[in-house]
Amino acid sequence: MRPNSLPLLPAGQAPQDLVLDLVLPSRPEVLEEVRDRLDSVLGPLGLDEAARDRIGLATHEAVVNAMIHGNRRDPGLPVGLRVLLDGGDLVIRVADRGPGFDPAETADPLRPENRLRPGGRGLLLMTALTDAVGHETGAEGSVAILRWRMGGDARNLHP
Amino acid sequence: MARVTSRKSGDVTILDFSGRLIIGEGDYPLREAVHQALEGGAKSILLNLKDTTTIDSSGIGELISGYTRVTNRGGRLKLENLPSKVQDILQITQLITVFEIYDDEKDAVASFA
Repeated sequence: MRPNSLPLLPAGQAPQDLVLDLVLPSRPEVLEEVRDRLDSVLGPLGLDEAARDRIGLATHEAVVNAMIHGNRRDPGLPVGLRVLLDGGDLVIRVADRGPGFDPAETADPLRPENRLRPGGRGLLLMTALTDAVGHETGAEGSVAILRWRMGGDARNLHP
Repeated sequence: MARVTSRKSGDVTILDFSGRLIIGEGDYPLREAVHQALEGGAKSILLNLKDTTTIDSSGIGELISGYTRVTNRGGRLKLENLPSKVQDILQITQLITVFEIYDDEKDAVASFA
């Protein structure tokens, strides 16, 4: 493991399933490059533009959350981004050095009293744009896990 | 590079946004453009999103902030020419019903009368 990397992979994960492995500074300036790097591995998987857009935006939201909430905008703290093929699933793991959070305790942006709040929609978008979203917290930080089922059964943008 | 240009149609200030309405890119120019329009006395602001290439949760937040700032100053902010990507995100976030949205600029401008 490189000194700066985080334990993104569960024990026993076959290394040949790893298709992208990035360690990023917590600076929004790198987001465009992240999208380009992501596209460079999603295209060869046969995903169309609409699917790449969904994956790209959900990943963008996870990386922004990691930078802002997890690493509290400290550019010296890394965000780990790994793209994996897990059987028939595409899995993207985004790791930060933060203490993690309980998604159930975040304010629901769809409730009327929250509708006009400017923030708090990142998790909603991640949930809507993926087939499953999970979070893990460990000694070194927390990981958001985005999952899509490959093979034509991906949800479209309309919930 | 995100950019906002301002023009007038009668009493309506039209802000043409182009580029990526995302964190660290389009959010600040949009905030500044709405701020300047309000400082210039604008009460009727039409935000043209035709050339918006992508939007994220921060961009959505900036639309909401602009909407509430304008409304709190007694003005109105409406949207026009939403690309399908932006429309999809407004549907997911259930904000599609918060904004008045138009496909035709003449109709949008006339709606402020």
